[in-house]
Amino acid sequence: MTTLQPSAQSRSARLAAVAGSGQFLRLLARIREAGLLIALAAIVVIVTVQAPRFLQISNLRQILLSVSILAIVAVGQTLVVLTRNVDLSVASSVGLVAYVVRDLLRDHPDIGIPAAIAAGLLIGALLGAINGALVTIGGVPAIVATLGTLYVYRGVVFAIGGGELITASEVPQGFRDIALSRPWGIPTPIIVAAAVALVFAYLLRSTRFGRELYAVGSSPEAARLVGLSVGRRVFTAFVLCGLLCGLAGVLWGARFGSIDARAATGIELQVIAAVVLGGVNIFGGSGTVLGAVLGAILLGTIQNALIILRLNQFWLQAISGAAILLAVTADALITRRVRRSLVVRLRR
Amino acid sequence: MTRLARWETLLAALLVALFAIGIATSDVFLRGSNFSLIASSTMEKAVMALPMTLIIIGGEIDLSVASTAGLASAVVGKSWEAGWPLWLCLVTALVVGAACGLLNGLLVTRLGLPSLVVTLGTLALYRGLASVLLADSAISNFPAGFTRFGFGKIGGTGIPWTLLVFLPLFVIFAVLLHATWIGRQLYATGTNPEAARFSAVRVANLKLGLFVISGVLAALAGIMYTARVSSSRADNAIGFELDVIAAVLLGGVSIFGGRGTLFGVLLSLAAIATLRNILALNSSNAELQSIAVGSLLILSVLGPNLVRRLRGAQPGRLAGSRSARMAEAGD
Amino acid sequence: MRVAFVFGWQMSRKIEGTMSSPVISGATAHPSPASSPAPAAEVIGVAKSFGAVQALRAVDLTLYPGETHALLGENGAGKSTLVKILAGIHLPDEGEIRISGQAVTLRSPLEARAHGIAVIHQHPTLFPDLDVAENIFMGRQPRGRFGQIDWSAMRAEVDRLLAPLGVGFDSSTPVQGLAIADQQLVEIAKALSLDARILIMDEPTASLSAREVERLFAIVRRLRDHGVAILFVSHRLEEVFALADRITIFRDGARVITAPASDLTLEATIQHMVGRQLQTLFPKEPAEIGDVVLRVEQLTRAGVFHDVSFELRRGEILGLFGLIGAGRTEVARVLFGVDRADSGTIHLDGKQVSLTSPAVALQLGIGYVPEDRHRQGLLLPFPIASNVTLPILPRLSRLGIVNRPKERDLAAEFARRLQVKAAGVEQAVAALSGGNQQKVVLAKWLAANPRVLILDEPTRGIDIGTKAEVHHLISRLAVQGLAILLISSELPEILGMADRVLVMHEGRITGIFDRDEADQERIMYAATGQARIPA
Repeated sequence: MTTLQPSAQSRSARLAAVAGSGQFLRLLARIREAGLLIALAAIVVIVTVQAPRFLQISNLRQILLSVSILAIVAVGQTLVVLTRNVDLSVASSVGLVAYVVRDLLRDHPDIGIPAAIAAGLLIGALLGAINGALVTIGGVPAIVATLGTLYVYRGVVFAIGGGELITASEVPQGFRDIALSRPWGIPTPIIVAAAVALVFAYLLRSTRFGRELYAVGSSPEAARLVGLSVGRRVFTAFVLCGLLCGLAGVLWGARFGSIDARAATGIELQVIAAVVLGGVNIFGGSGTVLGAVLGAILLGTIQNALIILRLNQFWLQAISGAAILLAVTADALITRRVRRSLVVRLRR
Repeated sequence: MTRLARWETLLAALLVALFAIGIATSDVFLRGSNFSLIASSTMEKAVMALPMTLIIIGGEIDLSVASTAGLASAVVGKSWEAGWPLWLCLVTALVVGAACGLLNGLLVTRLGLPSLVVTLGTLALYRGLASVLLADSAISNFPAGFTRFGFGKIGGTGIPWTLLVFLPLFVIFAVLLHATWIGRQLYATGTNPEAARFSAVRVANLKLGLFVISGVLAALAGIMYTARVSSSRADNAIGFELDVIAAVLLGGVSIFGGRGTLFGVLLSLAAIATLRNILALNSSNAELQSIAVGSLLILSVLGPNLVRRLRGAQPGRLAGSRSARMAEAGD
Repeated sequence: MRVAFVFGWQMSRKIEGTMSSPVISGATAHPSPASSPAPAAEVIGVAKSFGAVQALRAVDLTLYPGETHALLGENGAGKSTLVKILAGIHLPDEGEIRISGQAVTLRSPLEARAHGIAVIHQHPTLFPDLDVAENIFMGRQPRGRFGQIDWSAMRAEVDRLLAPLGVGFDSSTPVQGLAIADQQLVEIAKALSLDARILIMDEPTASLSAREVERLFAIVRRLRDHGVAILFVSHRLEEVFALADRITIFRDGARVITAPASDLTLEATIQHMVGRQLQTLFPKEPAEIGDVVLRVEQLTRAGVFHDVSFELRRGEILGLFGLIGAGRTEVARVLFGVDRADSGTIHLDGKQVSLTSPAVALQLGIGYVPEDRHRQGLLLPFPIASNVTLPILPRLSRLGIVNRPKERDLAAEFARRLQVKAAGVEQAVAALSGGNQQKVVLAKWLAANPRVLILDEPTRGIDIGTKAEVHHLISRLAVQGLAILLISSELPEILGMADRVLVMHEGRITGIFDRDEADQERIMYAATGQARIPA
């Protein structure tokens, strides 16, 4: 008939430990961003020692430029992933918008560039809305729905364009300038990407809508208990992701020389790699825009470094894949260890 | 079970309809040469679809199959170029495939990571390794016997050799899934992994084994592809995973596990191949096919969902979760 | 939204006020229910059933502002069902709920909240990835001029709410990693910010330490003194008497009594909870008790259970009694290879064994009928036959191919022996009644022919008739020489069936009684962690 009660002292020590582990978890979120920065710095140092021109302004500009479009899509993907979903169709959406906007300007140059851009954004949002509707109204799991639309959207580009190539000379120079102009010496896509990152970082950090995306992904059950409509938040996330794909598509259409229906094929993997690498939890509820953008920059830097060092740049894809695996494995191991030690500490 | 039976009837009807359309719209359709074209171009995906069906029924997914096939193809090419005997090249490719599957399986079963994320990562990793091996070169000086296996026909019958690879495999997998205790345990695992574990099913070992088999058969598909196009390239079989998964889901296998038959998957493979063939025969734009395949994939899940929603419309989502909670009533 | 925010602020101010003038605890400084003019909440004739199980039968309950009201009863008495009805999770089949005199229908948790009801569950439902402040204000965060979230105001407000609660965390602590006790305090802070008038707590102390309980009770008393009506469910009687003004006792889904706590003694309370006389429903036949089959020594799983030792003999039924959270199922899971023990040993027939998985446990002759039939015991869409044969399917196969006729015959044989009422062994288990489903689970493990059978709440949620059949069956199995570990929360079942009774409380064994010295009071005292009553 003995009930051993641990002393009050050990209990207060335990309380302190628990509060400490809370701090620890909070720290963990920062660690990911810090870790990315450290990895980035390490790469920069190593590559610069081997090839000093890596650190030239022109090369840094080149890295950021090559990353900018990817980063915009990664921000959109972050919104979706935060809600416990995924959008595999982003590459097809970007390609569709890029091709259609060019097609539009070639055949109807008189509609004007702003109208063409607006059309691109609208189409992107519409594609996102279709994904969102399939998931929230149709009850199709996001992975199946967006795998399907990955095919369909790409098919639509081919239906519109066939195998036809649209070269740079066929569209107005004004449109090309969207990507090629350099106000204050900074390429426009970098400015656009930075603006997108800032706007959405603010949205996620400082608006009810943004916080509710986290809530819905963190615990749909708790979200319903406090009266949030999970479906509506998920739908909106998909539409915004589509919108950002539209923006990325416009930039893609402006930036590259010739474009065919295969534009942007396969970039969904790099986007998801950037997001996961950036510490956005694939099961929703945590992650930041800053992390996702840093993830994209890290991948872009690795790619650039491979080129600069004249290494086999085909390593890039393998590295992206390995990075995804490393990131999720590390997350799982750390979470498991923290949980287990917490359980033991709490219940003893 | 009845739902599935109906689904397979539906697929059979779809197949018949497609045949009718094919005959009506093209006079080439019924020719033996067209049939062997359909068959040989589908075989790699069909081989990958066998383990994929089992994996999805078991409640997991393998997105890395096409990359594994690509890596196997690169291994065949590279080792052949290095002067290895052909049989050793092929065995090496299969071993590499097994290793790929083993890595997937270990990450999923030992670390408890979601297979979706793991195989998305290895999709990039294995394809990347293939690219590293071959860069953008192609190796194509394979012996005639090997490439004949890829696109040759048996005698004058028009039946491709690769069909002879697929058919026995299909029988083996169908028996494994539908007649053995392993198959039953697989359905149990996909239906309710916890209850399966409590019924003495070794869930982790089962899944690990499946991922390894998936890797081996993906490598086999990679070999078949290499033989058919007589070339080993880093981007061989790229994007096939989507076609394979689409075929499996359209075949009536539930993405949530526990439901589906290999017969349904066979029908759906045939239907998709026929559809692609008809579109290719009738249109200069072969890429239109992807719209059809993508739509079919979405419809295969959306259709039953909408029907269910229309039938039992009123109770809604909250009531659904309520009745689930009712099951655990009491205190 | 803004309004709720301001209210929360006032609420916290009030509490701060009381902090400076300490309130003496106990059943004195508060209005007596009789003099309170209007009840905060009334439950009138509420009934609820789940399938064949009648969880609540026309119960009444009145809650007054400024009282702490304890709801007591054995497991399955219907307490949680009533809590869920008040929380807006279940709708009653019959009867009425009135809040401040108005009849209301609580269709969702949100509607319950709108009526001023806050519920704190045993396991709080929070957003693990978000911090404390956001958990309290999700969906109604204070906003600045441009609609942006005013983080500093929200943080300050939450810290103000938390200050009088004396917590070891602050508004910016992530909820992930908070102890359950602290998560409950987050829920309480949320209730404060919503200015809830009715606070319901379902077993709030089940996973709390004594110190955490003290802290919680101090807070609850302060709330009471500010006119909040508090209803709480607990199994720990000493806590109930320390906190409650009035006590209501449920038994078998009906109310037995409501009385001021000062009118009830511990003994009377326990008697009201167990109430019924022993029935002849539990016919344990005398069985020859043989050698020790299973011996467990010093088994420990850190933080879950500690130093559990016992022996189980051939032909014996060993009862394992305890209240929710006592650690019984956790012991069973280790014995079946689902979880691993951190230390201690398990011997089968004198040989030490290592149980690494249920498959290994099955090979060694251990069967386990789990507590949660639907999640762990059955594959609901599968036919009866496949459920029964799943563990032993390899034995019914040749070269891996399942011998279907043999499988069907075996399943039919066991279905007949256990009198499973079904159209045939090909019928899906989902279509069966709870009692018949349980018989299928039993059939599954009997077909595996084990030497040790662990039964975890084998008669929960099944009707009286089937219950008797199951008891008869268990008794017969013991006669045939099976060693049975019977886990149950029902005292009459334990008393009727068990040769010996093991009692657990908070992860430790607090009593072992032989059949002739076991009685309801003794067991209940051991199970609630009380010292043994003087004989």
